[in-house]
Amino acid sequence: MKRTEPLEFHQPTSLAEATRIMLDGGPGGHFLAGGTDLVIAMKEKGLVPRYVVDLKRIPSLSGIREEDDGGITIGALTTLREVEISPLIVGRYPFLAQSAAEVGSIQIRNRATIGGNMANATPSADVAPALLALDAKAKLAGSGGERTMDLKDFFRGPGQTVAEPGEVLTELHIPPRAPRLVGEYIKFSPRDMMDLAYIGVAVTLVLAEADRRCESVAIALGAVSPTPMRAPGAEAVLQGQVLTEELAEESGRKASEECSPISDVRSSAGYRRAMVRVNTKRALLNAAAGGGPVPWTSRRDRRHA
Amino acid sequence: MSQPIEFTLNGRATSVDAPAHRLLLDLLRDEIGVTGTKEGCGTGDCGACTVYLNGKPVNSCLVLTGELAGADVVTIEGLKEGDAYHPIQAAFIEDGGAQCGYCTPGMLMMAKSFLEENPDPTDDEIRFALSGNLCRCTGYVKIVEAVQDAAAELRRRAAEGRNNG
Repeated sequence: MKRTEPLEFHQPTSLAEATRIMLDGGPGGHFLAGGTDLVIAMKEKGLVPRYVVDLKRIPSLSGIREEDDGGITIGALTTLREVEISPLIVGRYPFLAQSAAEVGSIQIRNRATIGGNMANATPSADVAPALLALDAKAKLAGSGGERTMDLKDFFRGPGQTVAEPGEVLTELHIPPRAPRLVGEYIKFSPRDMMDLAYIGVAVTLVLAEADRRCESVAIALGAVSPTPMRAPGAEAVLQGQVLTEELAEESGRKASEECSPISDVRSSAGYRRAMVRVNTKRALLNAAAGGGPVPWTSRRDRRHA
Repeated sequence: MSQPIEFTLNGRATSVDAPAHRLLLDLLRDEIGVTGTKEGCGTGDCGACTVYLNGKPVNSCLVLTGELAGADVVTIEGLKEGDAYHPIQAAFIEDGGAQCGYCTPGMLMMAKSFLEENPDPTDDEIRFALSGNLCRCTGYVKIVEAVQDAAAELRRRAAEGRNNG
């Protein structure tokens, strides 16, 4: 395995300092969070950063907290393992915790951060669909101050985001959601562990107590377009309707039409579309059935149910 | 561009001159000469290079030396309790869990950390926890057995500690 090349290593202790180092340093600089993408790119893909700005010494960038209004803020440097086992996340949005647990191994998740996972902007990032289905916002800080946007608008393409030079993704924010919200994330991949998704589907539903009509529905897809995406047409099929198996099927069909997968070494575009169709349906029906997080050993059974 | 980096290695204050881009794995093996930690894939898939960084198991093949100032690093060399093997080491020896031995340091580090979080696991929970530690020679049956036996021994000790306390 190739080794990393010499580089300048910076460890700022404030966001302002991190931005200044990056703006003064010019091209060839990379922010470093957990390093599970950056160091692999340096070893495997020939990336040679001239300098690296490690964000881990900046206080206040990590941690999970509940806001007064019931929203949840997740610091960008929070590790995926912390998201996976956080009692707040597991209790409120178990499918989000599960999506974090789908990434790599415990060793990887002890390093990989949720902000790094988003900023790396891989179309197959497991946490992205769950966050998109929760209407998550991204907060950035740079020389022009702070700005907040819908997470879906943060992504621009594979490996590309709207972050300006020197701008740091600082927080992900989940707005307050109805206590009745249920959700599901299905990662469909060749192997159950240590693999990338063929496709990922996250859904959230708020069902009316009286007649179980879909008061709100969100469907988000991973690995089937240049960026993680919402599927508004598939959502529209269900909005205000009572969820039935037929409507879930119809929604899945719509989702498979809305996405734009490519064929690559992992699978063909056609297979990805077919798997979006069936797994969107499954995710909707599983979410509506409830039952909370599924242990990984029974996921395969449930997925093929 | 080397600079002195001070951190704690297996409980001892350590200072080394090493460039920031050096991988922790190489720092340990080639510069400090602590060679129990192995390299398998080099890309965070196999877990052979697992060490504890500030108390948590991580892949040392993906950690840059520049990050280490003030860090607490524990390697397989730090697992023994004085002269005695840790129960997880003893169980791997007793049950034949070591097999060819190459993945063993990483397996032991991950298994010990896991049993501290989950002292009475199911076999499936062990397999989930060890999913980032690959064995390419034999298989996982004896490894899972060894982790179960170590868990039983650690529970027995904990109960004994409580009774004597």
